[in-house]
Amino acid sequence: MQIENEVAVSDFRMETRSWLKANCPKSMCKSIKDPFDLYWGGRNAKFNSEDQKIWYERMLERRWIVPYWETKYGGGGLTPEENNILTQEMTRLGCRKPLYSFGIAMLGPALLKFATEEQKLHYLPEIVEGKIWWCQGYSEPNAGSDLASLQTKAIDKGDYYEVTGSKVWTSYADKSDWIFCLVRTDFEATKHNGISFMLIDMASEGVSTRPIKLISGKSPFCETFFDTVKVPKANLIGNLNEGWTIAKYLLTHERQMIGGIGETDTRKNVHEVALENLAIQNGKIADSILRTEITHFETDEEIFDLTIQRITDEAKTGNNSGALSSFFKLYGTELNVTRQELLIAVNGSDGLIWEENEKSDGDLARKFCRSKGNTIEGGTSEIQLNIISKLILGLPTK
Amino acid sequence: MLKDSANELLNTKAPVNQMRVLRDAKYSSFDKELWKEMVAMGWTALTIPESYNGLDFGYVGLGQIIEETGKTLSKSPLLSSILLGSSVLRLADNEDLKKTFFPGIMEGTIQFALALQEGKHHQVDNFKTTVKRSGEGFVINGHKNFIIDGATANHFIVVANSDRGLGFFLVAANTPGITISKDILLDAGTYGDVHFKEVYIPKNYQLNIKIKGEELLNSLLSIAYSGLSAEMLGIIQQAFDMTIKYLKERQQFGVVIGTYQALQHRAAKLFGEIELCKSIVLKSLQALDENSEERFKYAHLAKAKLGKTVKLVTNEAIQMHGGIGVTDDADIGFYIKRARVVQQLFGDYNYHLDCLATMKGY
Repeated sequence: MQIENEVAVSDFRMETRSWLKANCPKSMCKSIKDPFDLYWGGRNAKFNSEDQKIWYERMLERRWIVPYWETKYGGGGLTPEENNILTQEMTRLGCRKPLYSFGIAMLGPALLKFATEEQKLHYLPEIVEGKIWWCQGYSEPNAGSDLASLQTKAIDKGDYYEVTGSKVWTSYADKSDWIFCLVRTDFEATKHNGISFMLIDMASEGVSTRPIKLISGKSPFCETFFDTVKVPKANLIGNLNEGWTIAKYLLTHERQMIGGIGETDTRKNVHEVALENLAIQNGKIADSILRTEITHFETDEEIFDLTIQRITDEAKTGNNSGALSSFFKLYGTELNVTRQELLIAVNGSDGLIWEENEKSDGDLARKFCRSKGNTIEGGTSEIQLNIISKLILGLPTK
Repeated sequence: MLKDSANELLNTKAPVNQMRVLRDAKYSSFDKELWKEMVAMGWTALTIPESYNGLDFGYVGLGQIIEETGKTLSKSPLLSSILLGSSVLRLADNEDLKKTFFPGIMEGTIQFALALQEGKHHQVDNFKTTVKRSGEGFVINGHKNFIIDGATANHFIVVANSDRGLGFFLVAANTPGITISKDILLDAGTYGDVHFKEVYIPKNYQLNIKIKGEELLNSLLSIAYSGLSAEMLGIIQQAFDMTIKYLKERQQFGVVIGTYQALQHRAAKLFGEIELCKSIVLKSLQALDENSEERFKYAHLAKAKLGKTVKLVTNEAIQMHGGIGVTDDADIGFYIKRARVVQQLFGDYNYHLDCLATMKGY
């Protein structure tokens, strides 16, 4: 039985590898410089190259846009093991995801767990077909770390809800077609028990957005405003006033996304950049302090990657706590902040260049600034530490 | 499972209190009954090839046992004789010596102690200890220290320079010319400080015949670094568990101190570092068993990461235990003492970080 399985598994791997080699255009294997090197789909979707279109269409035909979803929802119906193999083979060749979507990474898992069959059959295939660009309406100006205190209200008007309020940090809201939103449907209940999870069409009357500029310059973040927006009752996911459970579930997926699990990493090592930019003496970087900091960082970076692999393997045997995603998010983002600090240090004055010239494209300085947001977005490092303390270590609350 | 049976044996026969008992009995090195049980469990045969009647189970297995000894701070010749001595014998190419000594190693009657360091810090070259031809054999002259079980072993394995390059030489501890002094360190362990003056050994006592001494040393070091990292992992996990337990029990100002966010966050940060430690210890032991080219790198990564983390965890453990943490009555103090020695053995965090940078070309 065991041997049969092993043969089938290696057959699948070989098949997958040769299919990818034959069907993934070379330009779709180059490392991504910009999030928009990926295809985001949506109502106003435009492919930015013929290769991007070919790649998407081939993967769609093979049902590998979301390989691990059931086929009735548009997925490939692959087992976790098969999906793992596919991911490994894609990483090996450097294949980009054919479609990048918050619908796949965040909303999809939530719908699979909490939506009705009718809702799943309506929304999931659309996500797979790249028809809808989704954004997330969670944080509000007065509800960040204390997300549950959100105030955007949804008033029951009989055959629809009327939504009024504002959201902040909504990524790509100005480009999105639909938003999955946390709203308050009960103002009498305690804060966690009056929240509902609703899907809202961004084209609805009363919805408007305004982009947010960061210290790094332009960003995908927006403010989103709802002014008596009509939302059909069928757009409620899960039960009324039980949206907080859905919210928390979705957040663990968001953390995994931010922690960078399973992402291709073809960036240069910090020490390689250091060798190009720093003085060398007797074969060693002359600045012994920077040399130590670089080695300390690369040690943690390499061992963190091993840890992602180990914990992912252990998850297959069911030995996993959802709260571990907090550890990944926390550690991964803190590592990235350190990386950006080291890159700036190593590049000296050229690293500080902001407006592109012959010496620099200004990327480094902007990435440095942008990275400061990593330890804040998706749940601050402090919040993640709270989660680890309480849910993993079992330390008590007062 | 190997780990579970080790955990059971050590917790029943050699819990941390035994360490205290041995210390108080004039720094007794190890409990002979416990050693017999370890032999009976087959632990001494784990890394010996089947062709010599060993179990050939590998370093992942031995590492798990060493990790468990880190949790209970159980003392035995496992490190000196099995992790180090037996590995040198296995890596060497002297068939006669293998046939002669593997049986005794497995029975626990032969105890090897590796004599490598000369001076205050870990070194892998520039050895001053020399071996010169003399009649039918060799004569050793030199000085080695920080030898694990150096005062109780019946044989030394001396790393020295001969006229044909670096070599590993076996010498019986009772050979004339050997003077053994003891250094009792803060982990209540007895370490050998040994002078070799015109110590004669037969020609056949050189362990590496065709194999270059540097090559054998590199392979042995990757085993030493990884194995000690496994012990540090055990120390880390036990010290951390004891601390979390204390945070949940101790009350001050009318509350359990574990409710204070500052302590919660410090504990949560340690959790993350410990997860990384588990990964690199496992990887380095696997790399040894796979005889992978990467085993040298993983061994350095392990000793570096574990050295840094065991220092952090044991310091935090003492601090979070408050006043009790610095008493002799409490067990937690034993963990920081042992940690400091294991950090120093075979190079600490700083040493290995330098090795890693050099390996990577900067």
